[in-house]
Amino acid sequence: MKQEYTITAYTENQVGLLNRIAIIFSKRKINVESLNTSPSEIPDIFRFNIVVNETEETVQKVVRQIEKQVEVLRAYYHTNDEIVWQEMALFKVATDVIAERVKVERLLRELGARAVLIRKDYLVFEVTGHREETQRAVEFFEPLGLIEFVRSARVAIIKESRRFHERLLDFEEAEPGEELHTNEHLDENETVFSM
Amino acid sequence: MDSQTTTTAAKPSANGQQATQLLSGSEITLRTLVGEGVDMVFGYPGGAIMPIYDALYDFEGALKHILTRHEQGAIHAAQGYARASGKVGIVFATSGPGATNLVTGLADAQIDSTPIVCITGQVYASLLGSDAFQETDVINITAPVTKWNFQVTDAAEIPDAIAKACYIARTGRPGPVLIDITKNAQLEKTEYAGYKPYTHLRSYRPKPIVRREFVEEAAKFINEAKRPFVLFGQGVILGNAEEEFKTFIEKSGIPAAWTLLGLSAIPTDHPLNVGMLGMHGNYGPNVLTNECDVLIAIGMRFDDRVTGRLDKYAKQAKVIHFDIDPAEIDKNVKTTVAVWGDCKETLPMLTELIEEKTHQAWVQRFRDHDEIEQTELIFNELNPTCDELSMGEVIRELNELTNGEAIIVTDVGQHQMVASRYAQFKQSRSNITSGGLGTMGFALPAAIGAKFGAPHRPVVAIIGDGGFQMTLQELGVMMQYGVDVKVVILNNSFLGMVRQWQELFLDKRYSSTDMHNPDFVAIAKAYGLESQSVSERKDLKNAIKTLLEEHPKGYLLEVVVGKENNVFPMVPQGCSVAEIRLK
Repeated sequence: MKQEYTITAYTENQVGLLNRIAIIFSKRKINVESLNTSPSEIPDIFRFNIVVNETEETVQKVVRQIEKQVEVLRAYYHTNDEIVWQEMALFKVATDVIAERVKVERLLRELGARAVLIRKDYLVFEVTGHREETQRAVEFFEPLGLIEFVRSARVAIIKESRRFHERLLDFEEAEPGEELHTNEHLDENETVFSM
Repeated sequence: MDSQTTTTAAKPSANGQQATQLLSGSEITLRTLVGEGVDMVFGYPGGAIMPIYDALYDFEGALKHILTRHEQGAIHAAQGYARASGKVGIVFATSGPGATNLVTGLADAQIDSTPIVCITGQVYASLLGSDAFQETDVINITAPVTKWNFQVTDAAEIPDAIAKACYIARTGRPGPVLIDITKNAQLEKTEYAGYKPYTHLRSYRPKPIVRREFVEEAAKFINEAKRPFVLFGQGVILGNAEEEFKTFIEKSGIPAAWTLLGLSAIPTDHPLNVGMLGMHGNYGPNVLTNECDVLIAIGMRFDDRVTGRLDKYAKQAKVIHFDIDPAEIDKNVKTTVAVWGDCKETLPMLTELIEEKTHQAWVQRFRDHDEIEQTELIFNELNPTCDELSMGEVIRELNELTNGEAIIVTDVGQHQMVASRYAQFKQSRSNITSGGLGTMGFALPAAIGAKFGAPHRPVVAIIGDGGFQMTLQELGVMMQYGVDVKVVILNNSFLGMVRQWQELFLDKRYSSTDMHNPDFVAIAKAYGLESQSVSERKDLKNAIKTLLEEHPKGYLLEVVVGKENNVFPMVPQGCSVAEIRLK
């Protein structure tokens, strides 16, 4: 069954790695719904968040291919209940339309919106949340003549994670500890950071 | 990797003990390679790599450079060299077309896990992105077909990049690596403090930790098995685990069949070697895949040419998969037990835990199937009575005259399947072919590289008339360097394998498969090679004898074979392995 999976990869900061990861998806004709790269909690280690709508079997294979890249330390995948996630959207609308037709206070409260920029000619609002929440805001603003709309990639935190730091120390050693690499194949019930 | 070669001209030092020196990026490139134990490079110069070639001029004696006639020839030669010797194959090429001509070889080395390091020249860093002359985005073009690649724009990065490249190429599951060096980085002078090899990279785990409990679980299934069956691939050869593998099958008494790239890991006449798997493999191994109760796959990746239709593949069996690459586990066939690791380490652990058995009745079933295949098919293929020569009888004669001691390099198509089925081998690293990618034109340059990699062994390249014409310009390398490769062209004046499919599945509509061929003997003569062509049975043995004699520049033998012979057995595409056809 296809469903949304969020892939998290810890990587080195290397030019070209983004392409190497992207082609793992395009080679299999998998559409990437969202992709975010950012620094992680560890200096010099980057973190990719990639969202796809696929079967678990496919996602598992893709994650192994990602982890196989020389500059990837670890890669994981999770369903939506296993992560805490947010997306941010920005909306640009004409000031006079809003002033005429909207109770701004209600807008801010019900949509959880925040005014980022207020000008005489236009306003910029920000809404952060799950896809449904930002989508609700889109539906609200659209009839009001949305001038510009943009939504960010998903960023996600894994609920059941321990500190990756501790694991990283293992990676620094030429001879890693026993628990660094378990046979994931038979360890499906263990916690996400079992390595 | 070891190198006894030293140079008097350049005196490159591999120990890194000396004080820093101000050197050009090009010289540092070569010193680092020498430090890695490299003594041979295949390549082709051009504008953007000229500084490296200029530095190479002073490295004569330390680095032997073989000038091929095309960059594709260079990388296939490096592949042949790597497969025959076990060392990393090194390739130099220039930017733009020089680099793009490497792509086929990179893809081939990637899918067949061959350790290669390509060094390409690139335009000046200041010109990157300006569509300069011979600029191409080689890093992105080669990303899907390399294990790792990296662009160097500063001379100071060179020692680290090359050491890392060699380390990545040869460790874990080997593969091709490409380093793109901009021209300014080759020319710039920088302080060189000596070469330091890589032994570890924090984001890269070449060998997964072996977990004993999974070896134990595998041993338990193997000990309980009534009809266990081993499939082995190139992992056994790449891990130098031939002895460990043989000890394992001998103690467990389990029949073992090979993939195309696993061929020669154990001798052909080993009593437990039951033959080849897959589309044109042997009858028993295919049929009995669907009758075994435990399937033990070692260093192989369940290619679709091996498995046939997946949903009817060994469904009755528990599958145990030994592999160094975690991404191979469950990729095509679901495993019951997966043992990650280098089989050099895992096989002895397994052997210790298994009971000594013989499985006589089960092994006999393979022999019974073999007997059927021998009578119905093989005997006729190897001893035909019709006027036309068969590919099989050429291989039979070769076996008799080489005593199974030659390295056999094959191209792609019918001759490849026939050679793989019938060639006999006594030692490992004797079968070199383009397996996963099926690259026509591979054999001639790969055989040249193999001869450099194993100079004391006879190297026979068996090639079809189609594949030969894809890279025949490499005969120039045999001429220039005096490379004694024995080239056998099995000429059926057809693109035989495609024609066979057209005959069997497309109502004999021979669309663009008949070939009007040149005079191959005249071509060989033009390159200064001795050569002859035979088309009659009475001349074959003597022709092969002549072929196998020593020749200063190799030898080319054309054998005109039956035009419309087919390779059987065959598992038609989309069919289960049990539906293998003998005719």
